[in-house]
Order: sequence, then C-alpha cells, then structure tokens
Amino acid sequence: MAEFVMPSLGADMNAGTLIEWRKRVGDRVTKGEIIAVVDTDKAAIEIESFTTGVIEQLLVQPGAKVPVGTAMAIIREERPARGPRTEARGEEITSAAQTPPSVEPTRLRISPAAKQLAADLGIDLSTVQGTGPGGAIGREDILRAAEARSMRVKAEEAALQAGETVDRQARMRQAIAAAMTRSKREIPHYYLSTTIDMGRALAWLSEENRKRPVTDRFLYGVLLLKAVALALHQVPELNAVWKGDTAVPRQDIHVGVAISLRQGGLVAPALHHTDRQSLSELMRNLQDLVVRARAGTLRGSELSDPTITVTSLGEQGVETVFGVIYPPQVALVGFGKIVERPWIVNGQVQARPVLTATLSADHRVTDGHRGGLFLTAIDRLLQEPDRL
Amino acid sequence: MSAGLTAEEVKSAVLRILGDIAPEADLKSLSPDANFRDQLDLDSMDFLNFVIALHKTFRVEVPEADYPKYASLNGCIEQLTARH
Repeated sequence: MAEFVMPSLGADMNAGTLIEWRKRVGDRVTKGEIIAVVDTDKAAIEIESFTTGVIEQLLVQPGAKVPVGTAMAIIREERPARGPRTEARGEEITSAAQTPPSVEPTRLRISPAAKQLAADLGIDLSTVQGTGPGGAIGREDILRAAEARSMRVKAEEAALQAGETVDRQARMRQAIAAAMTRSKREIPHYYLSTTIDMGRALAWLSEENRKRPVTDRFLYGVLLLKAVALALHQVPELNAVWKGDTAVPRQDIHVGVAISLRQGGLVAPALHHTDRQSLSELMRNLQDLVVRARAGTLRGSELSDPTITVTSLGEQGVETVFGVIYPPQVALVGFGKIVERPWIVNGQVQARPVLTATLSADHRVTDGHRGGLFLTAIDRLLQEPDRL
Repeated sequence: MSAGLTAEEVKSAVLRILGDIAPEADLKSLSPDANFRDQLDLDSMDFLNFVIALHKTFRVEVPEADYPKYASLNGCIEQLTARH
C-alpha cells in the first residue's frame, strides 16, 4: 500500500485545498495520471499519481484544507516485476514526469453517446479521464466528470460560506512574499553578468523561421532556455536543491520558466528535461506551458520539479535582471532586452544585437569562478545556434 | 472565412482573437491605430499566438518580417481585406 500525500508544490506552500478527485475508490491509476485537483495560493493544480495501482481509499473530501505531507488516499500498488519499491512520499510525486514529455497530441477516443452526453451537460472533454479500453471515454466517465464539477461548485460555495475570501491575487502576493523573504533571509546570493552577442543566434533564427509555417516558428527565448540547460552539463552544481544544510545535486534538468500572469503575480513551472528536448519540442511545450499557466491548469510536477529558474524581462524593456533565487533551488538566470550596441568583430566596430545575461547563485553551493564558467558556457552555446 | 471580407468582419474576428489571448483586456478602449502589443501588454508568445490564430482564421501566411504590419487593429484590417 502507498499513501498519496498532499505534495509540496513550492517553497511557499504549507497546505492545499482539495477541489476534486479525478478517481474513485476501485479505479485503477497509472503513474503520472492526474488523480486530483488541488487549490493552492497560486492556482488550481492537477496532481499526478506517483505510482501505478488501484485506489483503495479516499481519505479526504473535496473542500478540505490539507497540510503538505498529509495522506489523502491509499493506493494498492502494482509493483513492477523488477526494480525498487516506490516510496509513498509526496516527493515521489515529482517522479511522475520523469519520462520526456510527449509532444504529439493524443487522439480522443469517445463513444458517440458519451460525446452527446458531454455536449448536453456542457462538459469539456479535455478534462475527462477515460476509463474504457485504451482510455476511451464512456457515458460513465462523463457522468463522473459532471459529478466532480458539481462537487467542485459545492466546495467553492462552502468555502465562501465559511468566510474564506476567494482573493487569489492577495494570496499569490503573500505566497511570493513568503518565498522571496525566505530566499533573501537564507540564501547568500552572489550576482554575475555577461554581455552576449546575439547576432549569430538571431540570424539563424530568422533564417529558420523563414522556412517554417507560422505554427512551427521559434521565439528566441527557446534558444536561451536550451543554452541554459546545456550549460548546466558543464557546471552541474548549479542544478541542485538545498535540503537541510547541504546541496543535493539533481540529475535531471528541469528549467523553471518565470511566466507573468495577466492578473498580476507569476509562476515558474518546469519544462521537464529541458536539455533533452529539441528546439521544436521546447517551443511547443513552452507554448503549452504559458497557456496553461495563465489558464490555471498547471500540474503538480511542473511546480515541484524545477531545478533552476530562468526569467526574461527583455520585453518589458529591462536590460539587466538581478533575480532572487526561488528556494530550494540554488541558481536563477536572468535575461534582459536585446539591444544594438557597438561591438568589435575581427578588429572592426560593428552594431550588433547584444543581450545581458545574469546569474544569481547561492554562495553556499558555488562560487564566482564556477558561476563565471556557466555564463561563459551559455555565451558559447548561443554562438552555435544550429547545435542547440 | 470566405472571400471579400469587410473591415467590420476583420475587426470582429481580430477582437475575438485578442479577447481569447488577453481575456482581461478592455477591448472597447483599443485605439485602432496604436500597437496593441503595447496597449494590451502582449508578449512575443502572445503575439505569435495571435498570428497563428490569424493564420487559422483567415488562412493567410504571415512572414515574420511582416509582423509589424499586423500590430494594430487598422493594420490587420488593411492587410486582411486586401488579401481577400
């Protein structure tokens, strides 16, 4: 048996409110499948199962506020023939996203009767988990989704009646304040910056986009994300989290992308395995991540998994970013605006597009020497964009 | 969209697309000649999604070099009515 616990979806989270279960007692759940939706200070988050098995018990009702680490369900595990037993801790939920993200859309399998029922009830099919053969959606699944929606509405009404002001803006500000205060209190930051000639990267991008239909074009931001991820191979100690009194290196590179939300505030969900994705995959997954971040449909692993954060403020006219590390991470990379500056190339002064990259890093973990090598590696990678 | 689009049809479709991308925006106060990236605080991802939506709605290919021509309401109307 394994306990499905309320996961920690960031340094600023102490508890979450269960909005709905996506599974019922007796349902089979596979590792990585969405099992519940939890309301946090920042957004409603879909939580994935960390293991494969059958739901034995649901211990918490929708509407309940649950502290991080508290058991919410019991799953009877189906253990693989080989391999270690899955630990039933919240941290393991993060392993739900260990496989590189799929970039191919899944074809929806649904019976005509279920489709009609969904239309009649106004159910969004993208939110329905099919339990039929091969994940096909049946009438039962639609009815279950309608019931979950009804429970969600009741839970929200109950929260309102209990006098809990639904003011996500204020709560998000408080959550950011808590995380940033902790960061500045506990992390001895040091800051480095370098100026990168983006001429080659932008020329390559322009040529590449000229050949591509609009639906497949790149933004220069994906080049930056990939360069950061690959540079971490050369300075891996920046890809770590701080636990207790030591830095724990992370094997997988999950770059968190700072995304501003339209109503204010920000989130920094992970692009899983950033270093292993092609630029096309990164672009598609980044588009998807931005849309879901702003729609409030992120997944738990995306919030709990980042191993480093990248923030780009160039479009707001900022030239240099001095970022605050998001604990328990140990580094943050900031990118400013691309501006034309006089630059010396082969002894000649030329106008070149340049960008300022900064590193905010935890001095308990690295020093300026390693940080400098990291920024230099990013610069070098951006000079060979066709190899990203 | 069928051939022979009117300015009003383009305007209506463009506002619908912008409303999907920036649901909180007050589109009624949008100045038709001003850059809506600035007015609506759209970033490059938003604008790329806008151009993709134009492509899907009007079946037009918009080269990256032409993006500035589509950066205002009147710019879109000028470009899209001329193409249809």
